[in-house]
Amino acid sequence: MTRRSRPIVTENNQVYTFTRRALVLGGAQGVLAAALAGRMGWIAVHENERWKLQSESNRVQMRLIPPRRGWIVDRAGLPIAINRSDFRVDLIPDRLKDPERILAELTRLLDLPLDEVERVKEELARAAGYQPVPVAENLPYEKYAAVTVRLPELPGVAPLRSFSRFYPDGAAVAHLVGYVGTPNKQEYEKENKLPLLITPGFKIGKEGLEKTMEQRLRGKPGAQRVEVTAGGTLVRELSTLQDVSGSPLPLTVDAGLQTFAARRLGDESGSVVVLDCLTGDILCLASMPAYDPNNFTDGISQNEWKMLSQDERKPLLNKALNGLYPPGSTFKPMVAMALLQAGIDPKARVNCPGGFQLGNRFFRCLGRHGPMNMHTAIAKSCNTYFYAMGRRAGIDIISAMGKRLGFGQKFDLPVVSQNYGTMPSAPWKKARYEKSAKLVERPDWTESDTLNTSIGQGFVIVNPLQLAVMSGRIASGLDIQPRILRTKHPAPQPLPFPKEHFEAVRGGMWEVVNGAGTAGRSRLELPGIEMGGKTGTAQVRRITGSQRGQSGAWKYRDHGLFVCFAPTANPRYACSVVIEHGMGGSRAAAPVAKDVLTFLFDKEKAMASLTAFEQQWGGTMAERMEARAQRWLAAKAAGTAAPNGEEAR
Amino acid sequence: MRPAFVPAAVADLPWGMLAIVFALAGAGILGLYSAAGGSLFPWALMHAARFTVFLGVAFFLSRFRMQTFHDLAWLGYAGCIVLLILTLMLGVIGGGARSWLELGFLRLQPSELMKVSIVIVLARFYSHIPPREIRRWSAIWPVALFLAPPIGLILLQPDLGTTMLIVLNTIALMFLAGLPLRLFIGSGVAVGAALPLVYNFLLLPHQQERVLIFLNPEADPLGSGYHLTQSKIAIGSGGIFGKGFLNGTQSHLHYLPEQHTDFIFSAIAEEWGLVGGVVLIALFFLLLKWGMGVALDAKGKFERLVAAGLALTIFFYIAINLMMVMGLAPVVGIPLPLVSYGGSAMLTVMICLGLLMSIDRQNRAERSRR
Repeated sequence: MTRRSRPIVTENNQVYTFTRRALVLGGAQGVLAAALAGRMGWIAVHENERWKLQSESNRVQMRLIPPRRGWIVDRAGLPIAINRSDFRVDLIPDRLKDPERILAELTRLLDLPLDEVERVKEELARAAGYQPVPVAENLPYEKYAAVTVRLPELPGVAPLRSFSRFYPDGAAVAHLVGYVGTPNKQEYEKENKLPLLITPGFKIGKEGLEKTMEQRLRGKPGAQRVEVTAGGTLVRELSTLQDVSGSPLPLTVDAGLQTFAARRLGDESGSVVVLDCLTGDILCLASMPAYDPNNFTDGISQNEWKMLSQDERKPLLNKALNGLYPPGSTFKPMVAMALLQAGIDPKARVNCPGGFQLGNRFFRCLGRHGPMNMHTAIAKSCNTYFYAMGRRAGIDIISAMGKRLGFGQKFDLPVVSQNYGTMPSAPWKKARYEKSAKLVERPDWTESDTLNTSIGQGFVIVNPLQLAVMSGRIASGLDIQPRILRTKHPAPQPLPFPKEHFEAVRGGMWEVVNGAGTAGRSRLELPGIEMGGKTGTAQVRRITGSQRGQSGAWKYRDHGLFVCFAPTANPRYACSVVIEHGMGGSRAAAPVAKDVLTFLFDKEKAMASLTAFEQQWGGTMAERMEARAQRWLAAKAAGTAAPNGEEAR
Repeated sequence: MRPAFVPAAVADLPWGMLAIVFALAGAGILGLYSAAGGSLFPWALMHAARFTVFLGVAFFLSRFRMQTFHDLAWLGYAGCIVLLILTLMLGVIGGGARSWLELGFLRLQPSELMKVSIVIVLARFYSHIPPREIRRWSAIWPVALFLAPPIGLILLQPDLGTTMLIVLNTIALMFLAGLPLRLFIGSGVAVGAALPLVYNFLLLPHQQERVLIFLNPEADPLGSGYHLTQSKIAIGSGGIFGKGFLNGTQSHLHYLPEQHTDFIFSAIAEEWGLVGGVVLIALFFLLLKWGMGVALDAKGKFERLVAAGLALTIFFYIAINLMMVMGLAPVVGIPLPLVSYGGSAMLTVMICLGLLMSIDRQNRAERSRR
């Protein structure tokens, strides 16, 4: 077109214009078609790899198969912790839409109780998006199926067939093995966000051996490649890599003995430790009262937690390892070993006029025993003898012997924690009290400290396992190390002390039970099998006047302790029993030890005695725990202070 | 030339174009069969049935002379306006807009019919303007006058995509009618300059977000960018030869949204690959080439403009849909003609083809007369 101010448009050049412009548009269409084809080629050929990968990752999902946890078995292979097949339902917060409606639907389908719904709501509010929130476990198949068929309308709900941990012996093994639970945020982050930890239904050890042996018990997860739709529905399985279950963990523990001991403790607060004194195998490590680890598996309610943590008998504390007590007279066999080591003749006599005068202070004995040698002093538990001889031997040799026989020692055990207490010595006192002299009269070691130490009072505190180790080392003369895992280990070496020393002390301990001793009522009623032992009574608070902690409020009463071994002729088992606030070793602890040792030799006889006791106490352990929980709830509802063991007796 | 047993009406049909249309509808039927997981239901059979019926409509329309459409232009326009008003009053709400009238057999989208009606009205208007008037102001303002009511009614639904198509089509027709070129260049520059201002001051936040996601869909792969990303995954993972018929995972596992309507091209491309996609694009191009050819051959001014306008109507459908599925245009709900499931768009395209066939018949008659 020529440039003119006003071109004259005619019919003809209008046709010409139309043709030209239509050709331009047609050409533009061609260009666009080519561009689209080019664009498509770019996406489908040049970027093909990238989109192919994305298409695969859309289509294929990896699903982890949580490994089955390794069993925990006792020394005979009997199960202590096993896995039960379990139908469960979880919520995945990330995929959850309209939680109100879905929770209401689940409540209806599963008949969830109100406080469970509250718990789920709370956990949903706290949960990070990836973390599954358990709704219900151990479901009957019908309920599980009811959820499964409605799955398309329930986004974010994950019904699952999995395995849950089961402890057949319940509370009896609680402190020994611990419990498992859903990993929390810290645990997830600590393991570098291992995807397995947020797989629904996966549990990790939270306490005890379950925790310390976690990596061994866990096993290797399997994986499943599955094709899923955009809505998450499974179309088909592409390939499966089987999980490798955790290897079983054999313990040195005798499950039968463990359960028996736990039951025999009854409603008392205390512990029973039994060792094989030739090998150091821990046969029993019972602590009562305890919680039921099965209840912890699927999370416990706030009420349950409150009840456990407020109980003054401390069911959450493993007393066998973490309970610390003054050993009292159960210390004396060790002190006797020290006296012999110091060269004191076991026949040498000390006259007991009812106490010992040191300077202007009089150290009391429990009686007026008259002339005492080592044998009779152990049998009668005469303090005067040990005051006098201990003073002669000196703290250095007593402290060294104490440590050699296990006191103040931490043992190499796969446990979450052990409180190892104190075996006092002069340097220890100096280091401890020099800077804070106000706590004691003087920071340097005094003879009265030696005297107190000689009868297991004063600064000495020990745990029940150490008591059993002392008893075992004296019984066998071997340097046994307590162990709980059944693995190969070198045989214990003899302790570097003369045989006659051990025999002298064991003789005294024989007399305690079988002669004119403090635990005569607890001798074994088994033909040809005798036990040797030593009672102990530990003060909880200072003696005021004549009151000796034999009455008054439960928590101020004396602890009852007992250490023993059997058979005396050829020692095989060593044992310690601690009954908190049991008022006396011979009264509270020795009868328990007697039944526990009886169980090792004659199960039927021991069970008969236990059955009688349980009838007297009002039912089996589980029944009594249940009744206790009911009472606690009732009292809580009534608004009174949380009850304790007082009325449970 | 032709065997005696073939009637003239049949022999006169533009068989080349019809072959393309059959191929496209066939691709649609195959795609829908696969999208339903290898089933004729619920889409493929219905698609085939609609295609047959609407092809009949096209043949029926092609028997009329263009003069008839010319004379009835305003009546059709008025009818469409009435239908649009009825839609606003009685229409079915779907996808957030009230754009359909439920007729049982199909959900009629009157805005689709309006597209055709506008083309006829515009063609009639420009065919009556004397050549010397075409560069005057009076060649422009009446268009705005009769474009306003339908656009207003469609925006009320609200259906931005159809509005855009009608405006684009109108501009293209004005271009073809011979309006001065400087108008188009000038307003093109003005619109280009105004775009940032429009984005910043006129668009609502959710519309701004749509534009942003179009520019960078991967930024929000699970939200609004989902459609685009999944469509690109489908096309891209198909590669050169595709995953094979009935083997598309993006479509069968429902990752690709709207796989039977707006995104059917992606679903087909996933299974048939670049080869299948390029064949489809080529078929569409040939169909449009035929349409533009009909326009160039037409003798009358009205026929020329109608033919070109209808060809462009089909073109804008195809262009915007394909650009959208390949991530070159924002996601607006515009189906792929003849291939996508859905009655209204197919009806519109068939009406376009029917009128084009009528013009084509007229062209051939002219030619043989000479």
